[in-house]
Amino acid sequence: MSSLSRDDVAKLAGLARIEMSDAELVALSNEFTVILDAVARVQEVAGADVPATSHPLPLRNVFRPDVVIPSLSPADALSGAPAQEEARFRVPQILGEE
Amino acid sequence: MIRNSAFEMAGKLASGEITSVQLTQEHLDQISAVDTDVHAFLHVDTEGALAQAAAVDAKRASGEKLSPLAGVPLALKDVMTQKGIPTTCGSKILEGWRPPYDSTVVVNLKKNDIVILGKTNMDEFAMGSSTENSAYGPTHNPWDLTRIPGGSGGGSAASLAAFEAPLAIGTDTGGSIRQPAAVTGTVGVKPTYGGVSRYGLVAFSSSLDQAGPCARTVLDAALLHEAIAGHDPKDSTSINAPVPAVVAAAKAGNVKGMKIGVVKELNGDGYQKGVRNRFEESLELLAAAGAEIVEVSAPNFEYALAAYYLIAPSECSSNLARFDAMRYGLRVGDIDGASAESVMNLTREVGFGREVKRRIILGTYALSSGYYDAYYGSAQKVRTLITQDFNKAFELADVLVSPTCPTTAFKIGEKADDPLAMYLNDIATIPVNMAGIGGMSLPSGLADEDGLPVGFQIMSPVMKDDRMYSVGAALESALLSKWGAPILSSIPALAGSK
Repeated sequence: MSSLSRDDVAKLAGLARIEMSDAELVALSNEFTVILDAVARVQEVAGADVPATSHPLPLRNVFRPDVVIPSLSPADALSGAPAQEEARFRVPQILGEE
Repeated sequence: MIRNSAFEMAGKLASGEITSVQLTQEHLDQISAVDTDVHAFLHVDTEGALAQAAAVDAKRASGEKLSPLAGVPLALKDVMTQKGIPTTCGSKILEGWRPPYDSTVVVNLKKNDIVILGKTNMDEFAMGSSTENSAYGPTHNPWDLTRIPGGSGGGSAASLAAFEAPLAIGTDTGGSIRQPAAVTGTVGVKPTYGGVSRYGLVAFSSSLDQAGPCARTVLDAALLHEAIAGHDPKDSTSINAPVPAVVAAAKAGNVKGMKIGVVKELNGDGYQKGVRNRFEESLELLAAAGAEIVEVSAPNFEYALAAYYLIAPSECSSNLARFDAMRYGLRVGDIDGASAESVMNLTREVGFGREVKRRIILGTYALSSGYYDAYYGSAQKVRTLITQDFNKAFELADVLVSPTCPTTAFKIGEKADDPLAMYLNDIATIPVNMAGIGGMSLPSGLADEDGLPVGFQIMSPVMKDDRMYSVGAALESALLSKWGAPILSSIPALAGSK
């Protein structure tokens, strides 16, 4: 039986950058007990000799000719920005004060 | 006119019996009349659609040679970017966002002069089977407004059944085109993975997502399929090969000598009786049309659902990291001195709905150190086993068939609190995405118990999409002879409908 505690879910939410209320953490932790039991079935059939498939197409590096084509104008690229300054994206502080 | 097929509309446009502006206006009128009840659309682009229609009419008047669907209107799933038109993916995090570019599907639609009416409702980021996960409220099934229209592409399917559009675009990651088609009595096709470009399709699970046509007839779906398919240098997973001859296959509808494999594991227990009855009848009709029916076994399909609910969440946890409140979309908590991380955390809390959060957390877990091999790694191995099952089955049969879904449309709210029960809807559609092959759903009749539409699923090998159109057209024609009228002629009239 697999399960995730409230604290486990809180850690995962932190990694996924989603703030969550205590009620949400508890609810998800309860749901995951059921969901993880269901998905853990994949472990029943997959032997060590079975290769993994990450993608339906057997593709390796796909190249196209290195030619210059039109791209978004700065105005278009910034058109959806929550905030901008001097034709740049304005973002919250990324590094600490120190 | 709005009850015609797209093919018939195209004929009337070509002969001059009607103009595209008139045809587009008729559909806009129908949307005004019924969409308050159905809620298939999130955005209706009245001005843009009429301008596009007028441009097609002008081209036609000047004698320009036009594509087969020129001037016919279409509804676009809100997961596809269209320049300048709001694209939300059914999520609050993208509310008000107007993309600065067209997806390749939209470029192809415009190239073919197909008129885009607006954007259709969907489960948030295509995660769901009922359209109840849309942040903008559910879409209602035109057959019974208290029921779900399927999902995630419930808006696209409902717009067809409500005669708001004769054509629509859907995307299918685990059944999001086919399951809505099944429960609304319409046709939906997931092409071979790589058959239609994903450029501008907002990514949920990149190795599974595939855009495709939704329509009311198999031929209409084929015409739309040809219009949107083909190699695209902007999508490195797009297949560089000719588009399968789907229109010719749909026109011929010939199954003589074809071997049709019934997948033993996708039927029986858990499938509603009326669903099984319609499936058996369809098999008899296909046999009478000259096909040979054989049984095939795919023993690993029973693990497909479990593998899907690891692979899709894993990929989504990575793909949805782009919604970081920095370059576009919602930004919450950007007060003086707030860190980027706190803004991101607060924005994603408010911007994402419950199911999206559930899947991101599940994916984060499945990919985390110490659990990767047991969950994501094992799921990838199951994916190999499922592909092997398909390969073996296609040695015995040209196409495979099953019911599209275990049940008909359930009531809105019925499964909203039980994610696992909701996931079971996709049990017959998911294997197709895992292997990247083609899949179609077309109506096979109404279930005896509840009088609601039932879907028949046809699966074809990679880049043999024409085969499912051959079988689909043959079955559609046999069913039409049996019924005397298309299935949607028995849909209850919506209040205000034309």
